[in-house]
Amino acid sequence: MSEALVELTGATIEFDGVPVVKGIDLVVNPGDILTIIGPNGAGKTTLIKAVIGVQALTHGSIRRQKGLTIGYVPQSLHLQPTLPMTVGRFMAMTGEPRSVCQQALTDTGIGHLADASVHRLSGGEMQRLLIARALARKPNLLVLDEPAQGVDINGQAALYDLIRSLRDRLNCGIIMISHDLHLVMAATDRVICLNQHVCCSGYPAEISSDPGFVEVFGRSVADSLAVYHHQHNHRHDLHGEVISPTAETQPHKDCSHATH
Amino acid sequence: MPLIDHILGDFFWRALIGGLGVALVAGPLGCLVVWRRMAYFGDTLAHSALLGVALGFLLQLPMNLTIAMTCVGLAVALVFLARSRSLATDTLLGILAHSSLAVGLVALSFMPEVRVDLNAYLFGDLLAMRRDDLGWIYGGAAVVLALLYWLWRGLLMSTVHEELAKVEGIPVERLRLILMLMFSLVIAVAMKIVGVLLITALLIIPAATARRMARSPEQMVWLAMAIGMIAVSAGLSASWHLNSPAGPSVVVSAFIMFALTYTLLRKQRG
Repeated sequence: MSEALVELTGATIEFDGVPVVKGIDLVVNPGDILTIIGPNGAGKTTLIKAVIGVQALTHGSIRRQKGLTIGYVPQSLHLQPTLPMTVGRFMAMTGEPRSVCQQALTDTGIGHLADASVHRLSGGEMQRLLIARALARKPNLLVLDEPAQGVDINGQAALYDLIRSLRDRLNCGIIMISHDLHLVMAATDRVICLNQHVCCSGYPAEISSDPGFVEVFGRSVADSLAVYHHQHNHRHDLHGEVISPTAETQPHKDCSHATH
Repeated sequence: MPLIDHILGDFFWRALIGGLGVALVAGPLGCLVVWRRMAYFGDTLAHSALLGVALGFLLQLPMNLTIAMTCVGLAVALVFLARSRSLATDTLLGILAHSSLAVGLVALSFMPEVRVDLNAYLFGDLLAMRRDDLGWIYGGAAVVLALLYWLWRGLLMSTVHEELAKVEGIPVERLRLILMLMFSLVIAVAMKIVGVLLITALLIIPAATARRMARSPEQMVWLAMAIGMIAVSAGLSASWHLNSPAGPSVVVSAFIMFALTYTLLRKQRG
């Protein structure tokens, strides 16, 4: 029995016979932050819907840890304007006691908004509310679909900081989808670059130099990202060349770009 | 109990008591219709009720039963047809709403031995309320209100976000089916008061009126109940004094309240 929170093996999902994602292997352990990146239509959202159990696999298997509690943060939540709702009432829908809900709001930095109407929240506050909601259920696995969408750049950095601090405190596993490549590269442990299949995966430092990544995002993106990694495990010589490249900067052995 | 007998012996009081029972369930159910944008769906089910009336005559079964069964059948058909996605939902609803109404009307015309007052079915009839109808209304209301109370958190959560609800273990599909069954039941019992064509109005106008005054979903439900009951009382009184049709009078009362709160609350804010 493995300790993985969730494990996908050869996961394929087809809509009307057309595969949206194909042959995905994926493992998330407690404390992992796994980020899924990839172009529009790559099947990112479909893949995490399979992870949270609202999308059935066409082929392959998925195994979730026994008693796994998933906290899900959807891409966006547009509350019907006809539905009156305060932040506190929204939290109470988790069925958790009031003190737990209030603590979750405080933890995500919106404790002062408990009496506010959900309809008047800003984009960043709404995302924090959704995270607080997931948090109140004490998840082992937190699944976030573009958590920083519609949030300004400062807010984005703060959100990713928040997500990382939650992982440290709860020791939960985290899977998230993100388009914010710069921030992801700084905040995540492992990255999967998805384009229907996993075109490359690995640690942020190595993935931006991966040929599969370069193919999907282009050379200019890959180069611009290189700036954001600060490797402290190597030295430069007088000409700025790296003296001792570590194994981590080598292409990852799991990468499968043979199909490109 | 002579007093109760006296009251129930009077058709106006019977209609009023029945109408208040309908308003009681129409409050929470109407809120769900408004939140889930199911107004057209409710309308379609209501239209099919006339087919239920025809079936009742044809099969010699109690009218309330055949109406509820027709509505349930249509609701189930809608769920399956909507899944195939070859037609947009509103197109599908439009086809089924008016086809079932038309089939009902045609079927009734083939039964010359049955004398039907169509107006009463389409727009409601004060005089039509019998004692056993009250039993149906309050029995149905008790069942629906108990179910709503019991399933409220799940219903609310799946209204807010279906996938989030699913992840949290709420049986979204089953709740949707139960909601449809509750609708069918309410349409079957509400038809006598407001008629096929105006049931949706009784569901959504009080809920929409309550929206501006409510801060929480539950407040909106209580307010919608109260507004619905006022509309029924005012409408039936008007119907009695002015000899106007019952259903339209109730709906006009509800609309006046909606218009009043809309303009008053708007001025307050502006």
